[in-house]
Amino acid sequence: MRVVLRNPTREMDFDGPVTVHDLLQRLGLNRESHLVICDGELVAGDRTLAADASVEIRSVISGGSR
Amino acid sequence: MKCRVCRGAAVIDIRRHNANFCREHFLRLCRDQVEKAIRRFGMLQPGERVLVAVSGGKDSLALWDILVDLGYAADGFYLGLGIGDYSEESAGYAHRYAEGRGLTLHTVDLLRAHGFDIPGGARAARRAPCSACGLSKRHLFDEAAREGGYDALATGHNLDDEAAVLMGNTLRWQTEYLGRQLPVLEARDGFPRKVKPLVRLSERETAAYCLLRGIDYIVEECPMAVGNKHLAYKAALNDIEVQSPGAKHDFYFGFLERASERFRGEVEQDRASLAACERCGSPTDAGVCAFCRLTERATARSPVHFSERGGP
Repeated sequence: MRVVLRNPTREMDFDGPVTVHDLLQRLGLNRESHLVICDGELVAGDRTLAADASVEIRSVISGGSR
Repeated sequence: MKCRVCRGAAVIDIRRHNANFCREHFLRLCRDQVEKAIRRFGMLQPGERVLVAVSGGKDSLALWDILVDLGYAADGFYLGLGIGDYSEESAGYAHRYAEGRGLTLHTVDLLRAHGFDIPGGARAARRAPCSACGLSKRHLFDEAAREGGYDALATGHNLDDEAAVLMGNTLRWQTEYLGRQLPVLEARDGFPRKVKPLVRLSERETAAYCLLRGIDYIVEECPMAVGNKHLAYKAALNDIEVQSPGAKHDFYFGFLERASERFRGEVEQDRASLAACERCGSPTDAGVCAFCRLTERATARSPVHFSERGGP
């Protein structure tokens, strides 16, 4: 599957199918600070992502002078 | 995973609530959490005019959306910070949101109005960019709320922001800052009432809210914030949260309920010494306020020396 990571933007290929939680874990990403969007829709942690899915992993952390 | 409310397909799992939600019930949860924070801390009264500090990011746009949805007369205020493409893009998101919903967005450009932008001003004044940015925002947001006659200024600080600030203040035992770290600061001496209605929502939730409501926001991080301590504290807290869901909530709300009061004394002492800034009239504990001093240093030009050939 094609995986796009945002903030900063980069792309990678990943073997599927895989659940959302497993995908994040294998990439070493914290589930508290990322959302996963599959084919344009927000998906929960137990959802299985198909091998041909188009996936975006979005970091939700923002900082600076807040 | 099934929605806790309707048993339909869940789109998000929230471990600190030990629950999953479908789109409809997640959006309702977000609105309920904001309403609960507003009521619990007495932030706003029905019908009050609110100025929302809007950056074009997920938190401020979610906040504006929810406040309007809850029936508040909420206008937006966008401050152009002059941080290259980042500022231009974020302004675009703020304007498109306002135009799409017929809402009023006031805009001030820091360079045009005060003669400096954040990258140049911070360099000239020899301040960290995030420090110059925070100071400018606080001053100009207050001024906009005061001059616009708004009842309150609302900012998009979420649970992660507040927990990270609390961690930073606690690590250094900055007791004066701890005394001021409240979800609502009452109006006084020329400062508007300041409220943080998102304190019961994490930033994963505000981002999900925007996605599910079809609100486009700037996803990329401010280039000047990369590597700052605030982000490191957030990452550390999220590592703890994974092991112990609810830890961020307990840390922040436990502080408010059981510790915050102990640090108020220093804040009360400071309040007695406020006077109007000699230049802009804003309340300050010095003759000239911190923003006017920053502006002076940020706009001062170093003398340019020319060589005999005529070049600099």
